[in-house]
Amino acid sequence: MKLIFEKSFPGRIGFSKPTDLFDDIKLEESIPIKYLEKNKKQLTEVSEVDVIRHFTKLSKFNYGVDDGLYPLGSCTMKYNPRINEKMAGLANFSYAHPLSFPDMAQGSLELIYRLDKLLCEITGMDKYTMAPASGAHGELTGVLIMRKYFLDHGEKRHKMLIPDSAHGTNPASAAMAEFEVVEIKSNENGTVDLESLSHAMDGETVGLMLTNPNTVGLYDEGIESIQKIIHDKGGLLYYDGANLNASLGIIRPGDAGFDVVHLNLHKTFSTPHGGGGPGSGVVGVKSRLIPYLPTPVVALEESSGKYYFKDVGEKSIGMIRSFWGNFSVLVKTFAWILSLGPEGLYECSKASIINANYVLAKLKEYYKPAYDRYCGHECTLTGREYKKYGIKTLDIAKRLMDYGFHPPTIYFPHFEPYADETIMIEPPESEGKEVLDDFINTMIAISKEAKENPELLTSAPRRTPITRTDDAMAVRRPILTYDDELRLKDELNYQEKDINF
Amino acid sequence: MSNKVLEGLFYTKNDEWVKVEDDLGTIGISDYAQDQLGDIVYVEEIKKGTIVNQGDIITTVESVKAVAEVYSPISGEVIEANHTIIDEPSHINGDPYGKGWFAKIKMSKPEETKELMNASDYGDYRK
Repeated sequence: MKLIFEKSFPGRIGFSKPTDLFDDIKLEESIPIKYLEKNKKQLTEVSEVDVIRHFTKLSKFNYGVDDGLYPLGSCTMKYNPRINEKMAGLANFSYAHPLSFPDMAQGSLELIYRLDKLLCEITGMDKYTMAPASGAHGELTGVLIMRKYFLDHGEKRHKMLIPDSAHGTNPASAAMAEFEVVEIKSNENGTVDLESLSHAMDGETVGLMLTNPNTVGLYDEGIESIQKIIHDKGGLLYYDGANLNASLGIIRPGDAGFDVVHLNLHKTFSTPHGGGGPGSGVVGVKSRLIPYLPTPVVALEESSGKYYFKDVGEKSIGMIRSFWGNFSVLVKTFAWILSLGPEGLYECSKASIINANYVLAKLKEYYKPAYDRYCGHECTLTGREYKKYGIKTLDIAKRLMDYGFHPPTIYFPHFEPYADETIMIEPPESEGKEVLDDFINTMIAISKEAKENPELLTSAPRRTPITRTDDAMAVRRPILTYDDELRLKDELNYQEKDINF
Repeated sequence: MSNKVLEGLFYTKNDEWVKVEDDLGTIGISDYAQDQLGDIVYVEEIKKGTIVNQGDIITTVESVKAVAEVYSPISGEVIEANHTIIDEPSHINGDPYGKGWFAKIKMSKPEETKELMNASDYGDYRK
């Protein structure tokens, strides 16, 4: 398939600008010369129908949660109910201007206010900020709150403990807040090694960032001891909400001793995720940390019954994003929580845990689990057994694409000796038994192919628009723009034979 | 699975190797390590003059599937770093004991090699 740049035809246009308005304007007089691009940008010249057909064709190669199972571990790629979109699309929400006078946006403010209360009830926290725009943004916000708390108390703490099973964003966020990252090893159960934790936790340490269930989908049963070890030394416990999908209505991080929590509304709370986004990484805290939240928050004036933006005060870490967060995501979250209700939220987590354990039970004979125990909302299998046939976990994932499935997460987390050659499968609650059975039978068929006809795997995928890509070259010499394409085409001896659009 | 072990080198449990010539140790990662990592796409530059202790993180390598820390098998001062692997990390995959070396370290505690594995022990360890 040609790039849109290659479809360019000189002089063809897709719009007409009101010429008489612009005829007299000279660019050099409007924009200082130093800001003007010297080289003319290579832009494509196409008509409207060319654009529509080009992108419609591309969209047909796409695979999303509306196409089928998307079992990407640790990502909670669940179905996005249409009622959410309908609510977020209501004109009073979608046309609300962020700089409206609060009097004219009372409904939007009330939604933020009530969502805060609901999230507090669901997670056992005392107050949320809706500002962070993504999970990692929420993490940074959370660790900055922890940092400010200790600065305010005159304590010099500079280390942050992070388990080896953590998402890479955890150490990155801690490092951005200028903390030194100390890695805590996992034990043979896949959870935090308490002895290493006690040894590492001291008066110079801010605390621990923990995901629970953790990144291999296992509930850390040591949480009571963990919170004691951290709090006894004056530290704070951070909850990465990536895996909250296993906990709704079952356990609340606030009750388990966590002081700061970030939630990924685009995971657990069913709002679109990935390219469709945007995300939202709201952060909840216990009461003693409320003075440090980003400013402002929505408050209710009891006397007038009106909602308003309240300045958090001088201890606040400040604004971390323009305006009031990704508001439409908050509307979708609110709609989802109300449409399910407390029982529905509990059923959601229950179903996701049952789904994951069903897949684990059916596949453990074929793909050795990293840990021999029940899992949370996702299970961690490994492709170790197939190394002797010359098959890597990557080949198994690629072969799944030939059968029309999105592959699960592979090689993550990756720490020896337990989690090696990992395949992390998260079948969210929105998937029915027939879909899971299809997936399970396909995985079993691939296991047979790996032993009897490994080339089927090593040459996969064959039935997709683009076949096996050169991952290493893609990282070493990425082609991100058409300029790169033109520049690197000869050098890379770029071949189109594997692109059979 | 590729797991070539070169005679005459010392190895660590984390799959680094060191080749000792007088008080100079040349270090790198083993064939097993490069095979486990897969195609390596990035190596963090090692600075000349860095003082390392045995077991310190000396650099980080990134492959298409993982990021791994490389620990120094010996203590001492980095007197030379291999810059060719910065531009061509594929040398580590293609020739882990040759062109894919990481750094030369002037050893401050040569006796440390006694704690490391020889080729046959390492071969058994990663069988």
